[in-house]
Amino acid sequence: MNTWAQRLDNPVSAWLRDPAATGYAGMLLGVFAAFLAIPPIQARTITWPILVGVVAAILGIWTATRGRQKLGYGAVAAGIFGIGLGILATHSGTSNLNTVFNAQLIAQMFAFSTPLIFGAIAGMFSERSGVVNIGLEGMMLMGAFWGVYGADKGGNWVVGLIVGMGSGGLLALVYAYFAIHLRADQIVGGTAVNFLALGITGYFFFQLYHGNYVSSGVSTIPNVRIPGIAGTHFLGPALGNLSVMIWAGFALVIVSYIVVFKTPIGLRIRACGEHPRAADTVGINVYAVRYGCVVLSGLLAAAGGVYLSDGFGGGTFNDNMTAGRGFIALAAMIFGNWRPAGAFAAALLFGFSSAIALRLQVYSPSAATLFNALPYVLTLIAVAGVIGRTVPPAADGKPYQKQ
Amino acid sequence: MSNVDPANVPPETPEEAAKTGTLISSIALKQRAGGIVVPVFTALLAFLIGGLVVLATGHNPLSAYNDIFNGAGLNWIFHPTTNVVNTAAYNLSQTLLQTTTLILCGLAVAFAFRCGMFNIGGQGQYFIGLYVGNWLGHDFASMSPLPHIVLVVVAGTLAGAAWAGIAGFLKASVGAHEVISTIMLNWIAIWIGEWLFGDGGPLQNPANATAPISNDIASSAQLPVFWGEQQLQGLHIGFFIALAALVVFYLILNRTTLGYEVRAVGFNPEAAHYGGINVKKNLVAAMAISGAFAGLAGTLDMLGYLYHYGQSDIPVSAVGFLGIAVALLGRNTAVGVGLGALLFGALLFGTTHGLQAGSSSIDPSLASNLTYIIQGLVVLFVGADVLILYVWNSRKKLRLRPAST
Repeated sequence: MNTWAQRLDNPVSAWLRDPAATGYAGMLLGVFAAFLAIPPIQARTITWPILVGVVAAILGIWTATRGRQKLGYGAVAAGIFGIGLGILATHSGTSNLNTVFNAQLIAQMFAFSTPLIFGAIAGMFSERSGVVNIGLEGMMLMGAFWGVYGADKGGNWVVGLIVGMGSGGLLALVYAYFAIHLRADQIVGGTAVNFLALGITGYFFFQLYHGNYVSSGVSTIPNVRIPGIAGTHFLGPALGNLSVMIWAGFALVIVSYIVVFKTPIGLRIRACGEHPRAADTVGINVYAVRYGCVVLSGLLAAAGGVYLSDGFGGGTFNDNMTAGRGFIALAAMIFGNWRPAGAFAAALLFGFSSAIALRLQVYSPSAATLFNALPYVLTLIAVAGVIGRTVPPAADGKPYQKQ
Repeated sequence: MSNVDPANVPPETPEEAAKTGTLISSIALKQRAGGIVVPVFTALLAFLIGGLVVLATGHNPLSAYNDIFNGAGLNWIFHPTTNVVNTAAYNLSQTLLQTTTLILCGLAVAFAFRCGMFNIGGQGQYFIGLYVGNWLGHDFASMSPLPHIVLVVVAGTLAGAAWAGIAGFLKASVGAHEVISTIMLNWIAIWIGEWLFGDGGPLQNPANATAPISNDIASSAQLPVFWGEQQLQGLHIGFFIALAALVVFYLILNRTTLGYEVRAVGFNPEAAHYGGINVKKNLVAAMAISGAFAGLAGTLDMLGYLYHYGQSDIPVSAVGFLGIAVALLGRNTAVGVGLGALLFGALLFGTTHGLQAGSSSIDPSLASNLTYIIQGLVVLFVGADVLILYVWNSRKKLRLRPAST
């Protein structure tokens, strides 16, 4: 890697020599090529997307030959994706395009992504400390039910958020006791958490609400209306009126990045996940760190669940409401290589594919249905190591015993 | 492990057992230490806590469990009869129908476990078998029954094996963790089903467009029913196939070279490799055999009593996941899986259709969720049998102490 001093000698050639810079530039150009083809810009000729896409692919190949293969192939893929989407878009009618790709799609992408962002960050904390969390789905489901229950009985969505997060944290505490103190197999324990949450939420949903929709008039999570943007043409519907939890999700990604990678606490968490024995030797209380991380994981996953029922769902609950979102969050975390920014990007991608699938329903229901499998297929490809290898923390899933 | 001379086994406390080796080796050691005690204790504890939930929400747990017991038809043993006009006999036949599926789904988890892998993808493999069963059962309608059934069953089983084989192959070739890949394969299988049976899907019955549903299989592919009526969802001969699968499971593991190798890899992959066993081949083979059991379950369900499948039923089905509880409770042995499948089969039917709505002391909607709670507790406690063994051993110590002093 070049130092900044060397780069300053000749900015352009130094930039070209840095494979990271060309790789990311290639990726951005690829996305830009796709963006050119769809509203609001919507170049009706094929030339521009192809041109930009080809530049992206060339940058990608350049990057790949300079040692950053994963990044390079990513940029090539982005370029091809851009060209493909450009061709598709110019061949379909303008009105169709406007109904599928519009500003609302961006807002919808964020809405679909937010539970995944919370879940993926939740999973990242747990796994960074060395505890695999298959139970994200269950913790999210707990948050979804108890959150709406709290909002209903407490009369305020804040109460709902607290109650919902508390329920997820409590379930996580039970799981933490089995996984950490009793050294139970973490996959088995996480599976148990999912069953338990399904049973508990289903049981109490019927006991308390007789399985009907939660009564109307529940205090729901409000949207943030940004005065300057809300009325504008494109940004207004995209960003002007998003839920509080969506913005909280963005903040969470930044905060968790700083906590995990820039603070002593984060260093301790990562040490417990990579080499607990060494962490113990230097005086870190491995059990305490792992307990903290697993409970935090439960709180955050449940917050995603609360958003699902009391924000996105508008104050309703139904049996098994999460419907696999906890597992998509898990996939996003793996796809994002156990990093906040990566998990965020993967969650956005998966949320985007859900939003597209919803819109395609009108034109081709069967194609739209298959589109829903995309996150899982991509994650399967990622763990198969076709595009670089995902690397979990070294001690992930291994119980630790004090000596 | 009956072939191990007890005299040569060093005395091991469960604490030591949990410390060393892989998941399966620690389970095997605990198994030797705990025998049948742990599963029974686990199940009782789960039922106890489930009962407390029922009590806390203002219902009578004893009468609830009694109603579930009767709903599952287990009261049949007091008045045995083969006449399904009798409610108990009918309920029992339905419980055994569920048991058939759960035996095979349990074996799917258990076989991979014996090779040191956690096959969490039984649900997806079950669905793949079910889809193939529906597809080939609907097509080839001109075939005569026996060859048709054999064709569909073999194809469904192989499809399940291939689906699980993907996870085995990924594990063997690039080291992808089977838990992650089988979870992903589950959801891919679910969405494939939504597509196949959904609106405009290739296997959708075009006559029913409002609530998408699959085609009906041809009558030549339907399995013969030996207890009850075909129209009333009688017990089909797949029950005997499932029982035979238990025997096959035992024979493969304990009487063949493949089974010996699979178990050796499960105990310690490095030692097995050092001993000249092709670990990668065994990982793929074990996963494929696991998937074959689950695929067979799906095919038999389709040919035995479902005949068609609604799109909206796909996300609701949980038999593949129940298989995890069955296998863990049954300690991954043939007999254990059989008994575990009966227990959960009884719970599955006894808490839903078997329970008389209105007349029972607990509503079926509550009871079916109680099944999930009990299932979760069973899996939670089985995973932590260090705790249960600790309680059990300290109980024994407490009893011994007065005698020794």
